[in-house]
Amino acid sequence: MLGFLIQRLLQAAAVMVVISALVFVGVFAIGNPIDVLIAPDAPQDIRLDTIARYGFDQPLWRQYLNFVSSLVLGNFGRSFVFNMPVLDLILSRLPATLELTLAALIGATAIGVPLGMYAGYRPHALGSRIVMGLSVLGFSVPTFWIGLLLIMAFAVELGWLPAGGRGDTVAVLGVQWSILTLNGWTHLLLPALTLSLFRMALMIRLTRAGMREAMMSDYVRFARAQGLSDGKVIFGHVLKNISIPLVTVFGLELAATLAFAVVTETIFSWPGLGKLIIDSIQSLDRPVMVAYLMLVAFLFIMINFTVDIAYAALDPRVRSGRS
Amino acid sequence: MTRRDVSPATRFWMEFAENRLALAALMVVVLVVGAAVLSPIFAPQDPYDIGKLVLGDARRPPGFVGAGGYVHLLGTDAQGRDLWSAILYGLRISIQIGVTAGAVAFVVGGTLGAVAAFSGGRIEALIMRFIDLQLSFPAILLALVLSAVLGQGKWQLTAALVAAQYAYFARTTHGAAVAERAKDYIEAALSTPLSSRIVVFRHILPNCMPPLIVVATVQIANAISLEATLSFLGLGLPVTHPSLGMLIANGFQYMLSGRYWISIYPGVALIILILAINLVSDQIRDQLNPRLKR
Repeated sequence: MLGFLIQRLLQAAAVMVVISALVFVGVFAIGNPIDVLIAPDAPQDIRLDTIARYGFDQPLWRQYLNFVSSLVLGNFGRSFVFNMPVLDLILSRLPATLELTLAALIGATAIGVPLGMYAGYRPHALGSRIVMGLSVLGFSVPTFWIGLLLIMAFAVELGWLPAGGRGDTVAVLGVQWSILTLNGWTHLLLPALTLSLFRMALMIRLTRAGMREAMMSDYVRFARAQGLSDGKVIFGHVLKNISIPLVTVFGLELAATLAFAVVTETIFSWPGLGKLIIDSIQSLDRPVMVAYLMLVAFLFIMINFTVDIAYAALDPRVRSGRS
Repeated sequence: MTRRDVSPATRFWMEFAENRLALAALMVVVLVVGAAVLSPIFAPQDPYDIGKLVLGDARRPPGFVGAGGYVHLLGTDAQGRDLWSAILYGLRISIQIGVTAGAVAFVVGGTLGAVAAFSGGRIEALIMRFIDLQLSFPAILLALVLSAVLGQGKWQLTAALVAAQYAYFARTTHGAAVAERAKDYIEAALSTPLSSRIVVFRHILPNCMPPLIVVATVQIANAISLEATLSFLGLGLPVTHPSLGMLIANGFQYMLSGRYWISIYPGVALIILILAINLVSDQIRDQLNPRLKR
């Protein structure tokens, strides 16, 4: 197990290096940040001075090395637009995105898995067909459209819930959370629902597929032949086996949901990371873009790493096969 | 005619037609694509001809009779465009971009996956590590950054979509090709004087097609949805040629004041298309999955 851990950690580090180079080169190609920093009618000497100060006159590889070395020291640079350290900027936006993402994903799993199990257990029942129809719908409807419909129904027509913003927040350990206030919950509900419908459909379909295959497998046949009740077979044996892909998907979707929060946050004016990245793409705020992408990459790699470990813990075959 | 006498394609079709829902969905896809392709004939107004737009007719509700003398069945948008015409033209752009992106991603990804599977060793490891790396990132983020890098425009957007999607084809082709390569019939084919290229193109790749077809249908639907999302965020197409996503985005600001139709109808068109494609691909997937064969 230890060898397995070390091997995975080394892999993760290597991937992080590759991604940092790709992100840097990719973002470097976007627009010309000089135009953001300096007024077009600025005198030539101020122009050159600013270019030199931000290091834009140096070759790309040297800029990259500077970037990496300051990164190791925990310095992501300053935002061109907000004129504050990027790390502070991102950390101040992170809790909003985190609570939105977690609320969406946990909700999707809590509702999706039981529905999927039912649909897989009784694939031809009317209820299962309805569940599957809804899941195809959840799969097909783009996230932003769900958001629009929900705003239309619950904010404009019914007026029950607010259409945007984060509502009241409570500071815990210096971080603002809106899940701790009732008003915050009313603000969170619509965006979280928007974000979760796709994941819910995914959970339903994965669980159903796993369930259907498992119910036709030999171990279920033998467990039934032993005289076990269906409930015991499902919750004692089947659930354990189908939970392996579900754990993977939960992990991977956690990262994907973070990324998709971009769309949801834009619609609901949710002041999180996603709105920040859209704004900085439009204003060519390079340091923020680079830092955001690096952060997402880091989160992805950490999640993949954790999923691998969880896999090994859940499935003895993986453990013995690789270490 | 018994089931044994018919060709595999006919048998596949007969099995497909047994699912009424999938059959209906296929008809919807054909209808929508047809209407979109022929939109210059069906649409009462050319929504791109700015000279014909009457600003006094802007934001009118469905059923309004405009200055052009015809009824705006679905109302008009903020520029006074007939929404029904704008939706047809928007569908055309969305389908065009989705299918182009899907096809290019199919060829690029399929080639990469096949090359990886047949070269083996370091090249395979290099290609597949890179593909895995890319797949661990969500497509939306990649497309977002790329369309920011490349700028607005139809081709830029298509390129961003291809870059975000080819990896799915590469992974699928690689997996299928590796599985096929290990089978006995390939060993048998290789022991004959056939060149390895012929074995690859005549024997292995055709047998990799079924999973690729499923991936392709799903990815075309995804490309259309991604395109709409990017356009909605203002990173897709230029304003002069609104795709469905942009029509929805333009209407969004008027929705809070109760002018729902500008956003809602383009969205309904988008969803009908994506939903129909997904239902068709669902049925194909079920039919091609040997583990569900009864």
